[in-house]
Amino acid sequence: MTDHGTDSQDRPGSRDGASPDGASTAGADSIPTDGHDGDHDGDHAGAGLLAIRGLSVSYRTRTGPLPAVQGVDLDVEPGEIVALVGESGSGKSTLAHAIVGLLPAGGHIDAGSVRFGGRDLATLSERELRAIRGARIGLVPQDPTVSLNPVKRIGVQVAEVLRIHRLATRRSAPLEAVALLERAGLAEPEIRARQYPHELSGGMRQRALIAIAIAAQPKMIIADEPTSALDVTVQRLILDHIQHLADELGTAVLLVTHDLGVAADRARRIAVMSQGRIVESGPTAQILDSPRDPYTQRLLRSAPSLALIRAIPPARTAPPARTAPPARTAPPAHAVPRARTSPSAAAEPSGAAERPLVVVDNLVKEFPLPRTAGGSARTLRAVSDVSFTVNRGETLALVGESGSGKSTTARLVLRLVDPTAGRIVLDGDDVTAARGARLRRLRRQAQIIYQNPYASLDPRFSIKEVITEPLRAFGVGDRASRTARARDLLDRVALPASVLERRPAELSGGQRQRVAIARALALAPQLVVCDEPVSALDASVQAQVLELLAELQADTGVAYLFISHDLAVVRQIAHRVAVMRAGQIVETGPTDDLFTSPRHDYTRALLEAIPRWSQQRQAASPGDGKPTGIGGRHT
Amino acid sequence: MSRSLAAGPAVQAGPEPPSEAMSPAPGPRLGVDVRRLSRFFLRRPGLVLSLIVVTLVVLAAFWPTLFTGRDPLLGVPADNFQPPGARHWFGTDELGRDTYSRVVHGAALSLKATLVAVAVAFVVGGALGLVAGFAGRWVEDVLMRFVDVLLSIPALFLSLALVTALGYGTVKVAVAVGIASVASFARVMRAEVLRVRQAVFVEAARSSGTRWYGVLGRHVLPNAMGPVVVLATLDFGTAVLAVSSLSFLGYGAAPPAPEWGTLVSDGRNYLANAWWLSTLPGLTVAATVLATNRIARALDGEWATQR
Amino acid sequence: MRRYVIRRLAQAAGVLWAAYTLSFLVLDYLPGDPVSAMAGAGMDSSAIDPARLEELKGQYGFDKPVLVQYVDYLGSALRGDFGDSVSTGRPVTSVIADALPQTLQLTGAALLLATLLGGGLALVATYTSQRWLRQALLSLPSLGVSIPTFWVGLMIVQLFSFRLRLFPAFGNDGLRGLVLPAVTLAVPTGAMVAQVLAKSLLTALDEPYVQTARAKGAGRARVHLGHALRNASLPALTVIGLLVGQLMANAVVIETVFARNGLGRITAAAVSVQDLPVVQGVVVFGALVFVLVNLVVDLIYPLLDPRVVVAATVRRSPA
Repeated sequence: MTDHGTDSQDRPGSRDGASPDGASTAGADSIPTDGHDGDHDGDHAGAGLLAIRGLSVSYRTRTGPLPAVQGVDLDVEPGEIVALVGESGSGKSTLAHAIVGLLPAGGHIDAGSVRFGGRDLATLSERELRAIRGARIGLVPQDPTVSLNPVKRIGVQVAEVLRIHRLATRRSAPLEAVALLERAGLAEPEIRARQYPHELSGGMRQRALIAIAIAAQPKMIIADEPTSALDVTVQRLILDHIQHLADELGTAVLLVTHDLGVAADRARRIAVMSQGRIVESGPTAQILDSPRDPYTQRLLRSAPSLALIRAIPPARTAPPARTAPPARTAPPAHAVPRARTSPSAAAEPSGAAERPLVVVDNLVKEFPLPRTAGGSARTLRAVSDVSFTVNRGETLALVGESGSGKSTTARLVLRLVDPTAGRIVLDGDDVTAARGARLRRLRRQAQIIYQNPYASLDPRFSIKEVITEPLRAFGVGDRASRTARARDLLDRVALPASVLERRPAELSGGQRQRVAIARALALAPQLVVCDEPVSALDASVQAQVLELLAELQADTGVAYLFISHDLAVVRQIAHRVAVMRAGQIVETGPTDDLFTSPRHDYTRALLEAIPRWSQQRQAASPGDGKPTGIGGRHT
Repeated sequence: MSRSLAAGPAVQAGPEPPSEAMSPAPGPRLGVDVRRLSRFFLRRPGLVLSLIVVTLVVLAAFWPTLFTGRDPLLGVPADNFQPPGARHWFGTDELGRDTYSRVVHGAALSLKATLVAVAVAFVVGGALGLVAGFAGRWVEDVLMRFVDVLLSIPALFLSLALVTALGYGTVKVAVAVGIASVASFARVMRAEVLRVRQAVFVEAARSSGTRWYGVLGRHVLPNAMGPVVVLATLDFGTAVLAVSSLSFLGYGAAPPAPEWGTLVSDGRNYLANAWWLSTLPGLTVAATVLATNRIARALDGEWATQR
Repeated sequence: MRRYVIRRLAQAAGVLWAAYTLSFLVLDYLPGDPVSAMAGAGMDSSAIDPARLEELKGQYGFDKPVLVQYVDYLGSALRGDFGDSVSTGRPVTSVIADALPQTLQLTGAALLLATLLGGGLALVATYTSQRWLRQALLSLPSLGVSIPTFWVGLMIVQLFSFRLRLFPAFGNDGLRGLVLPAVTLAVPTGAMVAQVLAKSLLTALDEPYVQTARAKGAGRARVHLGHALRNASLPALTVIGLLVGQLMANAVVIETVFARNGLGRITAAAVSVQDLPVVQGVVVFGALVFVLVNLVVDLIYPLLDPRVVVAATVRRSPA
């Protein structure tokens, strides 16, 4: 078979290639098409490939049926990419699964029709649906790390599709599986075919799943958040490849995603879903330029990767004047040219003004690895030789992909993990090996907000107990004054006092994160480490929490060490950014400089991983001043 | 199966559980919602029956005269080998003793032994697991190796060895049974402590300055307790079986005293002509164990949803 | 892999040594004066002849310090000598060896039955789409683990021997004599196997990779047998390994019920007359069987689950 797939996978597709009209190339390829179905604009012209009408799906629960999808209409034309966009719980995944009759237990189609290739899938028997699944409609699942059978070899799992639909013999299937893996963009497909899923990275597994989805050359692929479990740089490659294959094979793609930026980048048409209904659908440009529905408008405003457009900081507070530490010789051009507004008292400490709040020098953390067959004890260097400073009232972002050591660094600073080497100085006090009273002084000055608000609050505690725990631990005040302080803090994070007696389980994710913020601020610390504080939240909630963090910084002068993998978020909140990769900081600089003129290749790669559409927008956006466009170097 | 109490298992299993935005806003907390509780039980007749059985057994153990006025030890030779009927619900034995009253009075001995066994396992095993899980390092290694060894000896063999060493009697049998299940309690407790200790909220407590004993008492122990309590209810059934097995083998209470296992064993000699002598006490044991296991399963589901 | 096997063997030896030590402590040390117990063998201790007591103490070495006793005993245990039975005077090792074949037959047959019936029940229960059948089948195992084994035995004897006269009620009478005890012994074990396998099958069927298989167009049987079963059999295998020890111990009860000769009968008798060397021998033997079976299970595991070898060498790297 052709090796188109491998060739182009790493080449960023030209911007014009994103135009979904490329579908017309289908059939021109060397791939044999199914004889009986003709071309995509064949026998049922006009009817479209997929036509969903009035589809309603509900889940049976003990308390009665719970509607998940209500009266949805959706069309997919042959060869086009349609994006189904919505936040978690909007019913988009349920809708995608209902098309091929793969609803989870308790799910049931109540009404409506799913016409595909002239037949109503909603009325087909399980046996008839089986002939459709895999053969006519492929599915790329959400989380590649758990979507392959762990005890079967990759090749066998790909070949299985062909065997089920009798598209290959026992003898030819393994060879075809290898060809398919190659087509899906896996290097060394013969080796991959003989490996087990756990031996492959997440991105490689997703490519194997793509191979499964395209094996029988289906007319349509349903891609259910195909990249949300992957690192950003891998995400783009996978999406590029899906798009490339769709163009090449003339396959239609229903792309389910929560990221409007991704949708805008890839799809010809977008359908926006909320609370089980499609609130708006239309050509991509129309949705983006003139959204009619208020929900779409809100989504547009808060979409993570689109946030770059309005990167000018309503959210970001005035940066302290001394952004660049004196030690580093930053060229004057890099100084942030932003006016100081309303300097708060805490942000302007008189005596200690020159001294940075946190100084980290050559920090190293090694974890011992269990002895391997070699017999020698090995170590994993999670953090190697990291140095940075955080000034008072400043936000320093540590950016990197998973495994880059950014979270470990944060926990080292808080002395939740002991460093192997290096020095940590907090407010002039060397806390690298602090014990007892000195360690408790550190605990009092530095607090942390975690990524997952569902895990960071003790489920048995009431909100009052959660917020007052630091006060209790340091014996601050009596019971009554602590409760008063908790009420005060809740007010600061815009939660009603009525939640004091609730349990965390009764609050939403965003509310819980507000509680976690209140807890972190209870002792009025000077430093708060935010470990991916918004990445577990829905887009619209993310924006609110970020704004809250910025407001609190303006009010209290607290400094943030902000850990994130999401550049868009970082751009919104950070004064300075340090980019981490494989345990090292590869580049540090003021936020704007880093975004407009990145010096390190890795920083550029990260920036490119942001959906291109928003970059175009950003480049064109007059408000942002510099028209350089990060992708500009490709032209 | 164990999640049968979950409010909406089907929805949770969905590819995309409805977020909090969709679910109804949390209302004010009521202590116990009577209507929900009654509906909960109405849908689970087996659970209700189990609760009734356990209540009856407990009542019989502490106030046997509520159920029967007859003396379990007094035989009426003329009435021997009477089949079950209106006068003798469970029939009579070779000495003309009323089997029903012997079963009722036997509940006291058997229940006492079971409670002692579970208490020994819970306290000793729980303490071992807690210390191992919280202390870590070599302490954990030593304790868990010891637990591994306990586990490697089949429970009944271990109990038999202990009975050999300690001697016969209800309490000794109970202690032997309890020690034999120390290992599983230690394991569950340690696993839970480790799980909870790694929870983000525990690190959060640490980083907000809570001292280690505060972390242990306020966060780790309460959150680790659930599965151990479930194990205790499950172990209750196991202990009833083990205690009655040992007394069936003849290591329990001395002869005239009615213990459930002993009753079954005594009836063995008359299987051919008096089936009720073994059958009915055995059924009582089976019903008790079934009931406690059912309750344990319900608790398990409840805890599962709490977490 | 070689290293893994060697490490596991060393672990097994360690566990056996500890089990021996534990049984030594419990039996020879804790109860205070085992010799009078032995000499009396259940009788009133005042009736023991003091001379006989001294003789016994010398014979068993109880006049030496405990540590010396322990080292002596461990040394002979390593050579396969667990002492002589107090009641019969025969070497413990040969007492166990003579009784073993009968018990192996019984437990082997029971294990086979339990695996087949329990596994079959779990498969059918999770495969069927009839709700009532699934519910009915899934409720059977919890019944099986709740009924006292000895009682099941008595009921079976009553029905099949006394009423239907199909099988002999007692004794070691060949295959026909094996049927009833093996079935009885298989009931609790099979129930456990069914519980675990059904639970892990249901879990496996909920996994995303099953969804992937269904999205390929795979049918029910292929999904069930080709994807879910192999993944689900891993926990079941572990449980079967753990149950072998329990099976041996239950043989004590079953052999008593059916009056079969075997290791169980000998154990019960030894406990009754406080024949310490025999009890200790049986306990250590039980641990040996347990350790060996689990060693085998651990060695089979990597064949079924490709991830296991990796897990054994590079456990988990810190996140």
